[in-house]
Amino acid sequence: MKTRKRSRFITALIISTILLSGLFRPVMAAEMKSVILATTTSTQDSGLLDVLIPQFEKNTGYFVKTISVGSGQAMAMGQKGEADVLLVHSPAAELKLVASGVGINRRLVMHNDFVIVGPSDDPAKVKGLKSTREAFKKIASSGKLFLSRGDNSGTHAKEKEVWKAAGINQEKEKWYQQTGLGMGQTLNVAAEKKGYTLADRGTYLALKKTLGLEILNEGDAILLNIYHVIEINPAKWPKVNAAGGKAFADFMLSRQTQDVIKTFGVDKFGGALFFPDAGKKVEDLGK
Amino acid sequence: MSILTVDNLRVERGGTSVLDIPHFILEEGETLAILGPNGAGKSTFLLTLARLLSFSQGELRFRGEDVSLPEVAIPYRRRLAVVFQEPLLLNATVFNNVAAGLKIRRMGKTEIEKRVTKYAELVKITHLLKRDARKLSGGEAQRTNIARAFATEPEMILLDEPFANLDAPSREALIDDVHVILQQMGTTAILATHDRLEALRLADRLAVMEGGRIVQSGTCHEVMNYPVNEVVASFVGMETIFSGVVRRVNDGSFTIDVSGRSIEALGHVEAGERVDCCIRPENIIISTHPVGEGTSLRNNLSGKIVKIAPQGPFYKIHLDCGFFLSSYVTPQSRENLCLQEGKEVTVSFKATAIHVLRREKG
Amino acid sequence: MDIIVEGLLKAFQLIFSLDREVLTIAVLSLQVSGLATMISLFLGISCGTAVALTEFPGRNLVVSIINAGMALPPVVVGLFVTVFLWRNGPFGFLQLLYTPTAMVIAQAIIATPIVMGITVAAMQSLPKKLRLQILALGATRLQMLWILMREARLPLLAAVMAGFGGVISEVGASIMVGGNVLGYSRVLTTATVMETGRGNFDVAIALSIILLLFVFIINLILTLIQQRERPR
Repeated sequence: MKTRKRSRFITALIISTILLSGLFRPVMAAEMKSVILATTTSTQDSGLLDVLIPQFEKNTGYFVKTISVGSGQAMAMGQKGEADVLLVHSPAAELKLVASGVGINRRLVMHNDFVIVGPSDDPAKVKGLKSTREAFKKIASSGKLFLSRGDNSGTHAKEKEVWKAAGINQEKEKWYQQTGLGMGQTLNVAAEKKGYTLADRGTYLALKKTLGLEILNEGDAILLNIYHVIEINPAKWPKVNAAGGKAFADFMLSRQTQDVIKTFGVDKFGGALFFPDAGKKVEDLGK
Repeated sequence: MSILTVDNLRVERGGTSVLDIPHFILEEGETLAILGPNGAGKSTFLLTLARLLSFSQGELRFRGEDVSLPEVAIPYRRRLAVVFQEPLLLNATVFNNVAAGLKIRRMGKTEIEKRVTKYAELVKITHLLKRDARKLSGGEAQRTNIARAFATEPEMILLDEPFANLDAPSREALIDDVHVILQQMGTTAILATHDRLEALRLADRLAVMEGGRIVQSGTCHEVMNYPVNEVVASFVGMETIFSGVVRRVNDGSFTIDVSGRSIEALGHVEAGERVDCCIRPENIIISTHPVGEGTSLRNNLSGKIVKIAPQGPFYKIHLDCGFFLSSYVTPQSRENLCLQEGKEVTVSFKATAIHVLRREKG
Repeated sequence: MDIIVEGLLKAFQLIFSLDREVLTIAVLSLQVSGLATMISLFLGISCGTAVALTEFPGRNLVVSIINAGMALPPVVVGLFVTVFLWRNGPFGFLQLLYTPTAMVIAQAIIATPIVMGITVAAMQSLPKKLRLQILALGATRLQMLWILMREARLPLLAAVMAGFGGVISEVGASIMVGGNVLGYSRVLTTATVMETGRGNFDVAIALSIILLLFVFIINLILTLIQQRERPR
């Protein structure tokens, strides 16, 4: 009857009010002191930030919104002032950002490296080659399948750098396939199709046991993946949380954080995923 | 005491007038049937009276109160009930459907229980109360609709061709039941229909509508036997219409020359006038006696049966006596008289049965 | 196959141990999509009913826009909402980007045309004279609308289910406007994509199973309401 319908309606309204109120508290609290950190999916996927961010939040009381996207998007967010601080690893693009005056205080944080992984039977025979350029040349000449992320990420940028250095025009080749996916997924595709790919060591190690791919080439200086933290210039973009961005950058370079970086991944993967480099010069790395 | 008065009511649709009622009165307690062909404006009239359709001008008074004001629309409608041709039941049990109007009026549960039981009984659907309304036959559904209307105990009930969608036995039964209820409750009713037999069974007064206007209104006898024009005539079933010139005028009676035949009728006309006349088919008698023998009817003509068409329980006989007439006979009579197409018969009718529709100076 | 078995096991483990992270993600999913569906319900059913029952010039155009809205690609909505909510965009001052509120907004925009479109069809499928009959019974406009909606409850509840289904399963817009921030704007769908991207298939499958469970249970409840035969 009518009264029953009414009471049901009221119950529904009450439930929705509860739903609503549940959402408002985090929203209001967060807007007080939030920092938008733009970083890359591979950085996020390594799990390092899952350890560091809570520590930073505890120390400073800031609320960090980690937006992990492809390198290209991260840089674009910085360029448009939609992020407060960047943690990225695309040196060429980074330099452009700094040159434009939007990126300031670009500081070296850490590095890890890329490796070439592929099927254990190594049909293109790249294992043990000292020069990664040589390895790429061999893959090209053997026409064996190579998977690229193709998403303008840091990894993709690095990969293109090596192809260029090796003097190979790989874009239109049939053995060159672009997935447009993140690192983890690209590795899976490579495993499925028994092809080669360039991956950051961290993601590879994390997925190693399920993949069935092996590291076939490593160590060349060109494979270094170097991370910088860049703050966004409040003079160019007044709405950025400059104080928060700086606090995060300083945190990444602090003694304590650098120690955490040094030991990250050792117990889980048997080796460190990153190498802390605060205060060093880029040219000195990898030596 | 008149329960409803209408003055200068006009409804326009797309620039044309679809309803034009200069004056109309409904007396309390009476049942008025509105007859008319499709498109005559019967439904429009009913909807306007219920204030379900807006009108561009006019005054509507219910028990003397002006009900055209917007504030009174809903209280006014709650004093009426409307029954449409389609049952338009809700997706619920029969009980809840009959109770619909009562729930809208926010009646209490026990009161609703009482009313629904009472009216379900009157309409003979008590055994259906718990059933899902979607699972009713056409007749049962329309009964539920009618119970729903009467349950609100309206002061006036408007029925728009309520029996039109029913099969013959359901119709018959329901018309009888509605007749009983209307008499018992004394509710004022307006019934729109295109079926004159239905109208005759239920109504005290008749009104005939055509083209958005009321062309004639009066008691059943008046309208049925003295139609004011051809349209009304054909609608009330006076199918035989003929015209002729007045030859001789006596005191109160006259003779017309119709296609060479002499017809005697009663009335006041002038010699030389051209008249249109009509006769009800029931008043035309067919016999196999030779002309002039065995009848006391003034008019006896020889004629030929042109066509015999079954018409429900009867047969309609189309006759040619120099002009066309039609009559009805029972199957029994047809058999007894051995009527068939082409047969020569005697056609007789009283002078009093002829009704003059229209006169023109010759 | 092992991966699915692993996933199932992981799912049970996560659910029964009431893993805090998973719990937060699951509750947030319900909050965001639930609220968005509520909003779309109010907007969609009210506007849909108004459009269905009123004659006005250009009505056909409006209805076709609503119907087109039903097929609005969620990622397009996400993109446009992002652009509007950007710090330096027109609504940047609201500071809503990368918040669950932004996700609710995006999801509400996705769900409302769905609910509206189905509502229009549902209300239009009612017999035209029914409205007159209800008014003739003495109903106020409000009473009439309520009765008509009850009459159309089958398709209307289908509309709500369609709206809810559309947003609880939505991932593109949610990632874009929410940012997938742990414990804050990460929901079941966005978490599943992320875990898959990382290669943590067992966790991804576990999250998917939880998502499927939610979807099923909620639709079960709504279906029971929809199909309930009125007693008495």
